[in-house]
Amino acid sequence: MKALVWHGTNDVRVERVPDPTIVNPRDAIIKVTTTAICGSDLHLLNGYIPTMQAGDILGHEFMGEVVEVGKENTRLKVGDRVVVPFTIACGRCFFCERHLWSLCDNSNPNAWMAEELYGYTTSGLFGYSHLTGGYAGGQAQYVRVPFADVGPLKVPDSLTDEQVLFLSDIFPTGYMAAENCEIKSGDVIAVWGCGPVGQMAIRSAFLLGAEKVIAIDDVPERLRLAVDGGAEVIDMQEQPVFEKLKALTGGRGPDACIDAVGLEAHGATLDAYIDRVKTSAYLATDRPSALRQAIHACRKGGIVSIPGVYGGFLDKIPFGAAFQKGLTFKMGQTHMMRYMRPLLELIAGGLIDPSFVITHRLPLDQAPEAYKTFRDRKDGCIKVVLKPHGATVH
Amino acid sequence: MTSAVNVAAAERWASALGGAALTAYAIKQLKDRSPAGAALAAAGTALMYRGATGHCPMYSAAGINTAHDDSETTQALAGPRGVNVEEVVTINAAPDDLYAFWRNFEILPRFMTHLVEVRQLDQCRSHWCAKAPAGRTVEWDAEIINEIPGELIGWRTLPGSDVVSAGSVRFKCATGARGTEVRVRLQYEPPAGKVGATIAWLLGHDPAHTIREDLRRFKQLVETGEIPTTNRQPRGRS
Repeated sequence: MKALVWHGTNDVRVERVPDPTIVNPRDAIIKVTTTAICGSDLHLLNGYIPTMQAGDILGHEFMGEVVEVGKENTRLKVGDRVVVPFTIACGRCFFCERHLWSLCDNSNPNAWMAEELYGYTTSGLFGYSHLTGGYAGGQAQYVRVPFADVGPLKVPDSLTDEQVLFLSDIFPTGYMAAENCEIKSGDVIAVWGCGPVGQMAIRSAFLLGAEKVIAIDDVPERLRLAVDGGAEVIDMQEQPVFEKLKALTGGRGPDACIDAVGLEAHGATLDAYIDRVKTSAYLATDRPSALRQAIHACRKGGIVSIPGVYGGFLDKIPFGAAFQKGLTFKMGQTHMMRYMRPLLELIAGGLIDPSFVITHRLPLDQAPEAYKTFRDRKDGCIKVVLKPHGATVH
Repeated sequence: MTSAVNVAAAERWASALGGAALTAYAIKQLKDRSPAGAALAAAGTALMYRGATGHCPMYSAAGINTAHDDSETTQALAGPRGVNVEEVVTINAAPDDLYAFWRNFEILPRFMTHLVEVRQLDQCRSHWCAKAPAGRTVEWDAEIINEIPGELIGWRTLPGSDVVSAGSVRFKCATGARGTEVRVRLQYEPPAGKVGATIAWLLGHDPAHTIREDLRRFKQLVETGEIPTTNRQPRGRS
């Protein structure tokens, strides 16, 4: 089959690789009909995530058709059309039983590696470094899905691939970010980063009852899309973010702040410049300028919700501000299986169509160029979907 | 073999145990090691276990008849020498179920990857076969020397084996609805005593890691019915 393979920083290629096979009894093999490039895949392209190995197959947003199931998998059958969540969960450990799916005890075969770095392991992920299991990803024609009796969600034929594909990651991720804000009547939510997750968070915040959403970015087409979603926007190239946020909230500050940027923030502030120098010299691993701003701007007693990915050690976090203002932090990889079915209902009910973020539709063969277009934010690129088998009816 | 006297002793763990699975860990250590390690293995490694404190004469504390005390295993394990290893994992299952799973020694090779085969000879005795360097295997007999159903299994190698070792596994209810704490405690003396251990350590071997990974696979197998892996999955050219 064909697959998108990581070879090193800024080096991904489409190659022929062996087809996946059933390995464990609860596995399934999915023929991928549609997949996408995630903003967090850019962290891999840019070499920010450790424990990648040349030859790794990327991709954790994908859906398709079940073509084979393991002998213990009684929930799926050949021919089922499913969306697959990016987190892999066993469904039976302490954490899965409490619906903390992304903290599954058992799905990371390289658990010892995560224990070294984080104290304990979290769940395995598709196509996202060996630290989270080293599972082959879904930017491929076929993919093996472990514990496939837990994660994959069957979707009705009345909905297109593009309508339901983002149940695999960014819609639940943006939704959980908004839910973590514990939105109450009259709340103002600020969202740093208007990439696909930020866009989903903006719309989810309104679905959950936010009075006002203020979106912060510096890419014109992303800001336009945020305005389409009902947000007021701050162009951080043009306006001082903190002052503008105060002005837009009567001097109170946002009730909750969402950092949908993560470890590669590219702000133009002095702290961001220092971070770039330090990460280039390997003195720090992450560049948290959006997070710093969110903590600084958040109102007293507010919530900082972090769907943006962080991997290592952060420098100069304004913890004094967080402590003195009594902030609450909520974060982590998305507990996918909590959200997929309820959000499918929202899509089926016509309350939201997540396909609004798609700007580029390409065959898998063009994925390497698409990564670079997405990375450089060229050509109005916000979200790329890929067709591993060419165009399909969905 | 189970008695009220032994329950108290079991609470103290250490003394309670003797072991054979341990031996397997040591064998794996040798397998992963240098040719020197292999030579030492061939020369007859003494693997040792003693009680948690290292002070209690383990067999008497475990309620073992002193008539056995002249055995090779007992003598080897009587001293304070050796390496102590203790690892624990919490498993989302009842103690009785985990005990029953482990007590069927023949299933142990499914999660102890260095074992080739274990055969149950009778209620107490079993025959073990482990991978050794250069594609060889090492075999030995073991017996259960202490057992509290649903709670504790302690074992040791039988006199006359090429390897001498002991070990135990304990199953204890975790607080709340958190399952069972499964604790393996081992003591052994690697080839050439503590110097050998130091050399092994410098060469990168970590017996605690080996035991931790075996326990992790045990947990995965019990909780999910399989052991997660990425073996045999497709990769690009590297």
